[in-house]
Amino acid sequence: MNIIFYLIPLGLVLLAVAVAAFFWAVRSGQFDDLETPAYRVLMDDDSKPPPDAD
Amino acid sequence: MNVGQCFHCDAPLPATVDHVAVVDGQQRSFCGPDCQQVAELIAKRGLTGFYQFRDGPTESAASRDTRTGRWASYDRAALQREFVTTDADGSKNAQLLLQGVRCAACSWLIENALGSTAGVQAVRVDPVTTRTSLSWNPRKVQLSELLQQLARLGYTPFPYTEDATEQAATVERRVALKRLILAGLGMMQVMSFAVALYMGAWRDAEIEEFLRLISLVVATPVVFYSGAPFFVGAWHRLRARSLGMDVPVALAICGAWAASVWNTFTGGGEVYFDSATMFVFFLSAARFLEMAGRHRALSLTGALARHLPRVATRLVDGQLQEVGVIELRPGDRVLVQPGRAVPADGVLETTAAHVDESLLTGESRSIEKQCGETVVAGSIAQTEALQFTVTRVGADTVMAQIARLVGDAGSRKPKLVEVADRIAGYFVGAVLIAALIVGVIWWQLAPERAFEVVLAVLVVTCPCALALATPAAFTVASSALARAGFMVRRAGALQVLAQVTDVVFDKTGTLTSHAAGIESIQTTGELDEQACLSIAAALEAQSEHPLARAFPAPRQGLTAADVRAVPGAGLTGRVNGQVWRIGSLEFVTGPDVDAAAALGDEGEDARLVYLAGEAGVVAVFRIAEQLRDGSAAAVAALGGLGLRNRIASGDRAGPVKSLATRLGIERWRAGMKPDDKLAYVKALQDQNHIVAMLGDGINDSPVLAGADVSIAMGSGTSLAQHSADCVLMSTSLASLPAAISKARATMRVVRQNLAWAVGYNLVALPLAATGVLAPWMAALGMSASSLLVTANALRLGRRSQPTTTPGAGSESRHVDSTPREQAACCKKTAGVAAP
Repeated sequence: MNIIFYLIPLGLVLLAVAVAAFFWAVRSGQFDDLETPAYRVLMDDDSKPPPDAD
Repeated sequence: MNVGQCFHCDAPLPATVDHVAVVDGQQRSFCGPDCQQVAELIAKRGLTGFYQFRDGPTESAASRDTRTGRWASYDRAALQREFVTTDADGSKNAQLLLQGVRCAACSWLIENALGSTAGVQAVRVDPVTTRTSLSWNPRKVQLSELLQQLARLGYTPFPYTEDATEQAATVERRVALKRLILAGLGMMQVMSFAVALYMGAWRDAEIEEFLRLISLVVATPVVFYSGAPFFVGAWHRLRARSLGMDVPVALAICGAWAASVWNTFTGGGEVYFDSATMFVFFLSAARFLEMAGRHRALSLTGALARHLPRVATRLVDGQLQEVGVIELRPGDRVLVQPGRAVPADGVLETTAAHVDESLLTGESRSIEKQCGETVVAGSIAQTEALQFTVTRVGADTVMAQIARLVGDAGSRKPKLVEVADRIAGYFVGAVLIAALIVGVIWWQLAPERAFEVVLAVLVVTCPCALALATPAAFTVASSALARAGFMVRRAGALQVLAQVTDVVFDKTGTLTSHAAGIESIQTTGELDEQACLSIAAALEAQSEHPLARAFPAPRQGLTAADVRAVPGAGLTGRVNGQVWRIGSLEFVTGPDVDAAAALGDEGEDARLVYLAGEAGVVAVFRIAEQLRDGSAAAVAALGGLGLRNRIASGDRAGPVKSLATRLGIERWRAGMKPDDKLAYVKALQDQNHIVAMLGDGINDSPVLAGADVSIAMGSGTSLAQHSADCVLMSTSLASLPAAISKARATMRVVRQNLAWAVGYNLVALPLAATGVLAPWMAALGMSASSLLVTANALRLGRRSQPTTTPGAGSESRHVDSTPREQAACCKKTAGVAAP
């Protein structure tokens, strides 16, 4: 069972990485709008011709 | 999409539809050329998905301004300094507010349409606050082109400068989110170690000690980073010599952590890291939800910025110069085009000018100003261009001063929250004393269990359910109402709204809309009503006069030529080869007034507009205030809820009486000054009535402040909105009865939650005090209780239940409403009730 002496600290390192990644995401404003992205997935429509610039 | 409505903005179609376009393979009809152009643009760019996903009708495109020159001055560096930042790689980023954004579909449309333009790097539109972040490469595209494109899509952009409150809100939200997630992740880890410990999976003392140590490492940042607000709150409370909910929370978290650390290092007793982290996480989650609701309310009303223009036309040595408003200095001479807002306070130089000061007064009518009189920033130049000398700019203007006063008044703490705080204080005091007594007794009986029991008592009786019950219900109900177009600006307003017995309406702008409409057409010649209307519409289409807005969009192919406006009198122009005159009687008939004097009676609540051809007067248009959409249905629904409707109007008795009869309101007062209205409301309050007041202007402010709960119209002045408890955002009154039903439902839920919280504490306290509950059970019970009240409150977020929709049980009272009003009301409810 000595393996847990390595595995659990390893898990903690991963936890720290996850927390750091999340803090970075919050700081860069990715969580400021939680409403639109949900719709964006549904509404992307690639079947139409690409819009021409005007 | 209903037949008879504009495909784009849902406005009723004119009698003859001239504007059609093929969208998504089907022919669609539009109310005017503007909506048609927007829809065609959307279709051309392959973005018709917008029409499938939008929540409701889009704002009419008629008010947009797509002229190229309109946006040119936004390319000036001095103006951009205010809202544009430049990145290291040379790309620029602008912060904007967009008028007309209603739902996520709008932001999708904008992001796709603009995002595919060459030179645009990123577009983000927040559909709730309408805040837009736009980055572009200045070498490839100019800001003015992008702004013009937004306008062509039907969204008018306004530069946005973040004020301190909103900046603080963003920071607060980000920090709270970080704390919440750290607590959540930490809680899960500690919990998994705790399960192993409780199960006794390893009988090995070494592993047990290791797990405790690891739990300590994970729990410590959760307690001191995520739990910091509780400690800070508790410290502030104690320093102010009072007790709040934070005090026992901080005590319990800190105590559990300290005891666990002690036990970890001495190797004895229990550890409570799991209880502490769970406690921190659930409380943070509840607080985060509450904060999110608060911020939403803040951002919806805090946009006074939209109302002042950012660009002005300055006269320097006879040359016109487009400059940013911030560049204006007292003494500058400024030219304002008709239809545009005055950018600063000043003294009029033009001989005479008509301005609309509705932003300040709430009354949308043109006021004539003479040379030398003061013009106020925010008022709109009406028929002719005006020129003035700037006297005061920016924060010194009258509007900025009033806005500041209103802002100060809005920041005062509601009475109900203070009461709730005091009650929570007593409750906390009682809990602390109980915990102390329990601790002393256990110390006598079994000293080794005393700490554990005291901890259980502190945790289990935490007034979270009590303290969460009310704000959670209010927050959820407020955001549900906001979605339906009813903004609650003060938390306590819902409670009062639930108890309201009388609703007092202002007339103009509340029951009726400011926009005038054609009430009747009387023809005198051989031409029928339709023909006269087309001619008049063709002429008026080229006029900026407020009355011109009453006429429908002109038919295609019928345009007026040589149109000339005579200020204060009317228009002349050539339609179908004939010269027509439209306007006042004196103007159309010339000095020979008697000829048509018998035509119609001006009346008290209407204006008459005459149309004359070469042969004489052919038609009289009676233009009157129009009943606001859904007001008849709303009044009937309010009656169905058992409320007494009243009208208090500053208008004359005639129009007020006819309106009251039409709406079936028995109690009305006319000719009231603002003081009289206030006295009227006070008199009602003396008879123990609880009064809700609906108004729209700054002149309604005293009575709005005096009523138990005040509701401002969203289309009224922003200043009235800032001083009111609630704001009706939709143009229809239909959401008012829905709001009162929702308020009543909210109070029911609050009572249920409070009953649960009290009942739970009565059962849990003795269990904890007798040592039956371990701290982890207490934490679980407390969390379950909190989640239960939160879930109960979340029920309010469901779209209106059928039993509480406006108009329910009051169908028989719809007699006075027109079919269109009923349809508007029903459509509204149907839209809200749809899953």
